[in-house]
Amino acid sequence: MTVQILRPEEIVERFRGAFGENVLEAIVKERKEGARKNPATNIWIRLKQEYLKPGIQTLIEISFPHLSVIAGSDLGEEVELVYIFSLYYGVRHGEYMVSIAVRLPKSDLRIPTISDLIPGAVFTEREKQEMLGVEVVGIPDPRRLFLPEDFPEGVYPWRKDETGIPDSMIKNLWQVKRPKERAAPPVEAKEKKGGVQE
Amino acid sequence: MNTGGKPGTVPYTVPIGPVHPALKEPVMFTFKMNGEVVESVDFAPGQTHRGIEWMGMRRNPVQIVHLTDRICGICGVSHSLAFARAVEQIMGIDVPARADYVRTIVAELERIQSHLLWAGVAVHELGFDSLFYLAWRVREESMDVIEYITGNRVNYGIVQIGGVRRDITEEQYPRIKRCLTYYRDLQDKLFHLFMNDASIRMRCRDHGVLSREEAIKLCVVGPTARASGVKMDVRVDYPYSAYGDMEIEPVMPDAILGETRGDVYDRIVVRLVEIGQSVEIIQQCLDHMPDGPVMWESKYPKLLSACKKAAGEAVGRHEAPRGEVLHYVRMDGQEAPATWKVKGSSYSNLISWPVMLKGEQIADIPIIVASIDPCLSCTDRVAVIRGGRREVMTKEELTRLSIEKTRRLKG
Repeated sequence: MTVQILRPEEIVERFRGAFGENVLEAIVKERKEGARKNPATNIWIRLKQEYLKPGIQTLIEISFPHLSVIAGSDLGEEVELVYIFSLYYGVRHGEYMVSIAVRLPKSDLRIPTISDLIPGAVFTEREKQEMLGVEVVGIPDPRRLFLPEDFPEGVYPWRKDETGIPDSMIKNLWQVKRPKERAAPPVEAKEKKGGVQE
Repeated sequence: MNTGGKPGTVPYTVPIGPVHPALKEPVMFTFKMNGEVVESVDFAPGQTHRGIEWMGMRRNPVQIVHLTDRICGICGVSHSLAFARAVEQIMGIDVPARADYVRTIVAELERIQSHLLWAGVAVHELGFDSLFYLAWRVREESMDVIEYITGNRVNYGIVQIGGVRRDITEEQYPRIKRCLTYYRDLQDKLFHLFMNDASIRMRCRDHGVLSREEAIKLCVVGPTARASGVKMDVRVDYPYSAYGDMEIEPVMPDAILGETRGDVYDRIVVRLVEIGQSVEIIQQCLDHMPDGPVMWESKYPKLLSACKKAAGEAVGRHEAPRGEVLHYVRMDGQEAPATWKVKGSSYSNLISWPVMLKGEQIADIPIIVASIDPCLSCTDRVAVIRGGRREVMTKEELTRLSIEKTRRLKG
């Protein structure tokens, strides 16, 4: 499938060559585990927002990647989306984890869909819409994915600002008392000793 | 739930689901049927979304490890392993090699029990209940050994940030080896029973086909991807834990059967052969078990304060029985992680259902839906709308249809 396998540094070079200054960050990390300490490669790339799709196109030109998931964080002023791929799967010890991150200002939370390039992305894009309030422009299926139908509009569980889950929606288990209508427990309650609360 | 379409018109709309209290992960299906044939499929997961990521973002990593144990009842170690690996990378700590081996052994035992459970469910959907009983009976051996090692049958609680909570001692080796021998002896018999059975072959060959191109484009993972000819296995491709030390190759159907069709049958073959592969991996682990501690830091206050200092982002991956599990964690020097994203394997695989089910018959729905080994069994309650009349079908009803089809085919 692949003609030539690039080293991690060469992949970073490819991105820097194509996007120059618009590559805000590019780090190659290795993780060694087990007794033989074989290295596993992780490549972290952060691009300017408008270069997301060209970036993924570049990745597809290197080798068709497997999109695992899009992760997202609320960073305060911005929302970061991390597109996590694996590249060169099928090569023994040769796979790279490649992540392409973009940051969107909260004033304009729009990102183009990548489902025209990778159809499997629809699922995770739908999740980002409902969980982070990001608008995925051009998504073929804009419905909710995991949140129930009666979940209020404008509440985004992963946000850490006023659009996050309000306290009124949280039910703490320790605050929930035993329901009154339920039959009495089969075992008699133990005698309370002095000083033990409730 | 909007089922769409006017009553009494072709295609019929058949909703299946969404909730049954006995299931872990209910899902709502809407089938557009033309007679017996599925024209299109839509589904809505998340009928009982628990917000576990939200909960995790308010807890410290040591607490989350125990939360990850409870994400799935079958992938008991997969999620905690992936999460722990992500946090360890952020903290920049090395897990002792022996802990990597213990993790691998438990993860492979989990694969054996999960694949056997699935194999049993699959033949049950076809109406082959004697084989279902056999598969579930032999599964008990791996459950017993998991309990022997970890102390628990389901929520193992073995993985901790920086290692594992229990070592496997020399005295325990013979019991584990006995389990391996048990499965080695069974392997041929199981393979023969599943693969040479005429009715299994009739019901599964060329049903629920997912082509290689579709599998790549839809980003499916694990045995579902491998059965479609996509050579992809995190254990082989991306060395982690003890897998980097193992001599393993992804299990591909063309290596066993000489061809890849990407159907339900191929998915059964891949999983059955992977049981044998897991046995060999555990054997290799036991043979080369390194000495040393199993925790990076055994004192919890020290571990917690190290977790608290960590800052950065990392991805922890693991090949769970159903395919790649991925945890993305971002920490910023606080007690709780800033971001925690869990990607289970079914998350990637569900999207292949509409492709597999298109053009199949209603009686084939149970086995095709089950063939990706989803963390759910969708077909528990079916409502068929015909001419505005709503008939509610039970899970038993749908399974009965599937069983009848097997009988018909057998003549």
